[in-house]
Amino acid sequence: MKAAVVVFPASNCDRDAAVALEKITGRKPAMLWHGDATVPDGVDLIVLPGGFSYGDYLRSGAMAAHSPVMAEVKRRAKAGTPVLGICNGFQILTEAGMLPGALMRNAGLKFVCRPVKLKVETSQSIFTNKYAAGDVIEIPVAHHDGNFFADDETLDRLEGEGRVAFRYAEGTNPNGSARDIAGIFNESKTVLGLMPHPERVIEPLLGGTDGRAVFESLMAAIG
Amino acid sequence: MKARVHVTLKKGVLDPQGKAIGNQLSALGFGGIGDVRQGKFIEIELAETDAARAREAVKQMCEKLLANTVIENYAIELS
Repeated sequence: MKAAVVVFPASNCDRDAAVALEKITGRKPAMLWHGDATVPDGVDLIVLPGGFSYGDYLRSGAMAAHSPVMAEVKRRAKAGTPVLGICNGFQILTEAGMLPGALMRNAGLKFVCRPVKLKVETSQSIFTNKYAAGDVIEIPVAHHDGNFFADDETLDRLEGEGRVAFRYAEGTNPNGSARDIAGIFNESKTVLGLMPHPERVIEPLLGGTDGRAVFESLMAAIG
Repeated sequence: MKARVHVTLKKGVLDPQGKAIGNQLSALGFGGIGDVRQGKFIEIELAETDAARAREAVKQMCEKLLANTVIENYAIELS
């Protein structure tokens, strides 16, 4: 797998993502700058990392969604290259129109930074094939704007098409997210956006290993 | 020409910040506070002098960047 991590001004989980990718795939990812107009040939996974790109100006992810590199990320995604957006990366994907819905201010207004329990909704994807549907895992969240919103029709469609990847376990929704949604796929299930940070729990020293399977799934699917 | 853009959350979209502002106003002793909704105000100087063209351009700006039309409405004033 030849991964690339996009670095925006004020990304802050880009290196965590790079370490996770290197540890699990055995290969250092390429680090791309937001101003880059191209993505290197042969890249078969693009990661949009967590952070506060452009200081969250206007709306979280709004500025980054229009940065030069995103035009190319969109083109690659359309051609089938998998894209993983974590936290701010998820916000960027919705702002760029690559995933439906929007991520609004947490219902409790507080920045939430703690491990949360997630239910894996499907193992039928390149991102989740190393989990079993129904698995309950623990992965940290760290966000102020993670309250997923979409109209009922969109939510019904996401559920009907099996495009909900992860939900917060019942009764533990940390941000008011619609239908407890923590992560969703695009139509072809080649783009995943999620608020929790799997890259932060890839070895026991970091407090857990429940995030490893996201990267192991990608390894299994992409090689 | 100057454009003034108001961006507000759509009806039915929860506005926890507006709610917190309302609660605080009541706590400060202001009576009769009903629903409070907060939004953004953006002022843009434009070289364009034709109002119709300016409005169309600002509308594009709103659709592309200034508002997230999944959750927000916008209103444009020109002067």
